[in-house]
Amino acid sequence: MTITKSGSGQNLTLALEGRLDTTTAPELDNELKASLDGVTSLVLDLEKLDYMSSAGLRVLLSAQKRMAKQGGMKVIHVNEIIMEIFDVTGFVDILTIE
Amino acid sequence: MKEITLEAIVDNIPVATDFINAELEAMECPMKAQMQIAIAIDELFGNIAHYAYAMKTGKVTVRVEFEKNPRSVVITFMDQGRPYDPLSAVEPDTTLNAKERSVGGLGIFLVKKTMDDVRYEYRDGQNILRIRKNV
Repeated sequence: MTITKSGSGQNLTLALEGRLDTTTAPELDNELKASLDGVTSLVLDLEKLDYMSSAGLRVLLSAQKRMAKQGGMKVIHVNEIIMEIFDVTGFVDILTIE
Repeated sequence: MKEITLEAIVDNIPVATDFINAELEAMECPMKAQMQIAIAIDELFGNIAHYAYAMKTGKVTVRVEFEKNPRSVVITFMDQGRPYDPLSAVEPDTTLNAKERSVGGLGIFLVKKTMDDVRYEYRDGQNILRIRKNV
């Protein structure tokens, strides 16, 4: 998985590319832990993400919990496969998806 | 039928995924089913790598077969770890909000939702988990 960071100050966008699964989820988790201090608006751009397993959902959930306290988070450009995963797991109601 | 036997460690998930993907591509499996199968491999191989052998290591065999009527892909995971039926896990409550939500059991739940059939049996000292996806 490739993570591309952009934004400045309180705004952070992470564009994810590839697979978010058991082997790559720790990379995103570490990136978030290192980057979220002082961020009030987090955007996760999934346009180039092929798919996500429950390991990825786990990281998204903890990011959502943290961002709910310090601002907000949204997930954009979700493909059909990932949307179905958000759907069956109830994450459609937890995340802000645009 | 083709199969691969690997050390049951998380680092081998991509090896198993690439092995299965090559077979799926050869049979012109639709991309969506291919990705759903890749997710299932991540969940199931990951579970075996994390839990089957506790602190020790062991092997896992992943087998892929194609069937007609209905046209489907059948993937079987076999390990000699402690007996464990993942289908017996309590299903997560998907209606809870973010604060109350935990993610235990989500992986196998996802597999059940995206595959057409999931079966477990313990036979001859082996956990045998079989998933079928109609393609």
